[in-house]
Amino acid sequence: MKWIKASLPFLLLLLLAMACQSDNPYKQGEILYLNFCSNCHMDNGAGLGELIPPVAQSDYLANHQSNIACLIKYGMEGEIVVNGKTYNQPMPAVPQLNDVEITNVINYLNHAWGNDLGTVRLQDVQQQLEQCVK
Amino acid sequence: MNHLLKYSLLLACIVMLGACQENAEDTLPYIGNHPNPDAGEYHRVKDFSFINQDSVIVTQEDFAGKAYVVDFFFTSCPTICPKVKQQMLRVYEQFADENQLLFLSHTVDPKYDTPERLKAYAEKLDINTEKWHLVTGTQEELHGISDDYMSIALENADAPGGFDHSGRLILVDADRHIRAFCNGTNPEEVTDFMKDVEKLLNEMDKG
Repeated sequence: MKWIKASLPFLLLLLLAMACQSDNPYKQGEILYLNFCSNCHMDNGAGLGELIPPVAQSDYLANHQSNIACLIKYGMEGEIVVNGKTYNQPMPAVPQLNDVEITNVINYLNHAWGNDLGTVRLQDVQQQLEQCVK
Repeated sequence: MNHLLKYSLLLACIVMLGACQENAEDTLPYIGNHPNPDAGEYHRVKDFSFINQDSVIVTQEDFAGKAYVVDFFFTSCPTICPKVKQQMLRVYEQFADENQLLFLSHTVDPKYDTPERLKAYAEKLDINTEKWHLVTGTQEELHGISDDYMSIALENADAPGGFDHSGRLILVDADRHIRAFCNGTNPEEVTDFMKDVEKLLNEMDKG
């Protein structure tokens, strides 16, 4: 009987810890994505026709992890090939986002819609942003 | 007994309400400031002449006897346009085999959106010119006709991309009366809008 009493606080703590854990660890990234990216890339990351490339299940996103922060911050222009299709619609820069926010957006992108591209750290993003070719 | 009466009254009310709603939903309303609605003179979109993605002049004659869905956009739009276009595409695909329905997208940025640019845009969306016209013209005419469609198209240097415009989809009947509209950025509203399109097409079949 005593051990039950003793373990009660721990059980409560465990319960609390579980309750605090949200299903989506990329909350801010998701909100920022919906505000700054989804108008073009769509809520489901599918893009639009052959105008706007997908960010869901996108080989381009997977292969350009070292450059994604720069793309978000400074935008991009010119032809790119994503999943075998050619896209050529300029992407506007999103200068409103700070380094932490960009990190959160990338981590959301890397894990949303079945993407599994790993987690980036703030330091990685900051390092990348210092080396952007503008 | 008292209870029974109350319940049956309530039931009758509900049935009546349901019946009313069905009636109201059968026909689409006429929308706008009507010159003389009692005589059947409803707000009517004025004559127009624009140039489409094939550099062909498009006028109200090309839409005569057809219902059509209208929107305003520009190809370099950094805000709501792609979402609205995705929803326009949804409507377009839903009614792909319906030859009584056409689509008309107006650019609000004719300086940049030449017929060539509209052509490239149409190809990237894989849409058929005969069914869906992307048109350009003079800015004055394009922005002017947005009033007729009860939409908004304004130049505004402070707006992202340089233009303020509404994301509305507007349903116009064969007599160029406006019969329904919805917010083209909201997929649920667009689902309801497609039911309105269906209703209008049924009305045309009967008419």
